[in-house]
Amino acid sequence: MSEPTPGTVAQFPPLAGPPLLGLHEMELNFGPQHPSTHGVLRLVLKVDGERIVSARPDVGYLHRGTEKLFETETFPMVIPHTDRMDYVAASTNNHAYCLVVEKLLGVEVPKRAQYIRVLLDEMQRISSHVLWLATAAIDLGAITPFFYTFRDREVILDLFEEYCGARLTLNCMRIGGLPVDLTPGWLEKVRAFTEPFEKCIDEYEDLLTENRIWKERTVGIAVLDEKRCIEWGVTGPVLRAAGKAWDIRRALPYEVYPELQFDIPVGKNADTYDRYLVRVAEIRQSRRIVLQCLDWLEKNPGTEIRGKVPRVIKPPAGEAYACVEAPKGELGFHLVASGGNKPYRLHVRPPSFINLQALPEMAQGHLVGDLVAVIGTIDIVLGEVDR
Amino acid sequence: MTDEKPTTPEVPAPEPAPAKAVEPAAAAPKPAAEGALPAAVPAAPKPAAPAAPPKPTGPKPTDASGKPLIAALAAAVPGAILEAYEFVGETTAKIAPEHLVQACRYLKDEEGFTYLVDETAVDWKDRQPRFDVLLLLHSFSRGQERLRLKVGVAEDAACPSVTCVWETANWMEREAFDMYGIRFDGHPDLRRILTWDGFQGHPLRKDFPIEGIDTGAAIYPDRFPEGGGPGPKDTNRKVLS
Repeated sequence: MSEPTPGTVAQFPPLAGPPLLGLHEMELNFGPQHPSTHGVLRLVLKVDGERIVSARPDVGYLHRGTEKLFETETFPMVIPHTDRMDYVAASTNNHAYCLVVEKLLGVEVPKRAQYIRVLLDEMQRISSHVLWLATAAIDLGAITPFFYTFRDREVILDLFEEYCGARLTLNCMRIGGLPVDLTPGWLEKVRAFTEPFEKCIDEYEDLLTENRIWKERTVGIAVLDEKRCIEWGVTGPVLRAAGKAWDIRRALPYEVYPELQFDIPVGKNADTYDRYLVRVAEIRQSRRIVLQCLDWLEKNPGTEIRGKVPRVIKPPAGEAYACVEAPKGELGFHLVASGGNKPYRLHVRPPSFINLQALPEMAQGHLVGDLVAVIGTIDIVLGEVDR
Repeated sequence: MTDEKPTTPEVPAPEPAPAKAVEPAAAAPKPAAEGALPAAVPAAPKPAAPAAPPKPTGPKPTDASGKPLIAALAAAVPGAILEAYEFVGETTAKIAPEHLVQACRYLKDEEGFTYLVDETAVDWKDRQPRFDVLLLLHSFSRGQERLRLKVGVAEDAACPSVTCVWETANWMEREAFDMYGIRFDGHPDLRRILTWDGFQGHPLRKDFPIEGIDTGAAIYPDRFPEGGGPGPKDTNRKVLS
């Protein structure tokens, strides 16, 4: 690729020049309307027979200008927009945004609100990982896990609905705390779901972990070692499957995570199978955290769910960055405030977008049929990639 | 939709970020002006003076040039650091654009900042230089400490690309180019990423209308007149100012 001369870069350089194809190579469009791309991801593949020579992701089909919208809304009005990014894990989006505004305002969130936030986040992580498991398995032809996982995901979504009225776009956090207190009897319902849930995870594992077909489709596919993960900025289960025990909940702790006990599962071989194992282990750890939160909330009844927040939220001018461990990786909000009641600039550091960048390297040399596994293993949500 | 304020909703203070550097300068002229014109305009500064105290209620940036990391960077790459400050527990260093790549390489190789968390830009519209490029670095060996680099880029200048240091900067810089039109010198593949090739304008610039622009002409030039989809007399027509 030629280097642009300083000051004379063309506004719109040609897409890729003439396709430089070898004798047996051809160019193939994968998506944007392919069911296994989980949305509208387009990949331009260069294939030699069945083998992928190179894959070039083309994103932006779902671009809605969310960051532009942020700049026109007051600080509390931004929260519903964050739901629409990673729409299968809305509570972590709300959480990261509230954290960055609270950091700039210097607001203290009540302990009870922190525990409820963590509880919601971990239930969201279970539902997101379970959805990943269902879709990744269905992409590779295993349809049965879908029924088991959606049976359980449905319960979590119903619990969310009972708490905040929404199943997906939760809008379940506010700057300084939470919008509403828990409904009576809600904690018991969460417990009634969480305690026997361990058996459900065993059921998923019975179906897949030692399944020969599943192993043949995933072992050794899409390997990305720890060094390359860090070079590409890849975080979340993909990085942990490469053996790096790095989790924002431990590395840059927020809310009450330092008080909770959980392990960071890591993989060894950095392939699709290890990422599957890491995600299933994370579901178990999330369950552990949910139970600890339930214990604390039952022992400490209260009504304090919101800290002291001014009526008009006007953070001081300056920059701040806050991040949470979303189910996909590090989700950060980079806020530049100018002292007004609207964010001057609010940038999202979306884990899906950054992780997707490593796809060409993961896909290279694999068969076209395995590309479906490669896309599935990163766990992208196009709403977050394109924003 | 009210069209009264089509441009930026919040016009920032002239120099919001380096408040520490600005405040002494802003404070200094006031006593001087009062001393020079004691009788002429004593009333004018007075309403301004009570208005000023409510603003700095929150945290204030403090000088961070004494931090070991900043001092080490300043020693390794002389002239790179223009200013360093700490704000809400985050360290920010303002870097001269010409030293950016050298400073990044030093931070990655010698200080262990192997993970580029985020790279983005801010449009200050009426300021010179117009844009700020922000980089956030993380080091796995330094605990919770993160470092933000800030580079001022003028509208007609280019920012050096850091893709040669961290590969992950590739898409982040493409996004900044797409959204702000900032050119990154040395980027291997500087194309639009979220909007399509042929899109007119840069959506996150403060002078880009929030309603969007007509894009019909860009896609179907034969069917739509130049300037957009709705005809020239249509009241719904919006054009890029």
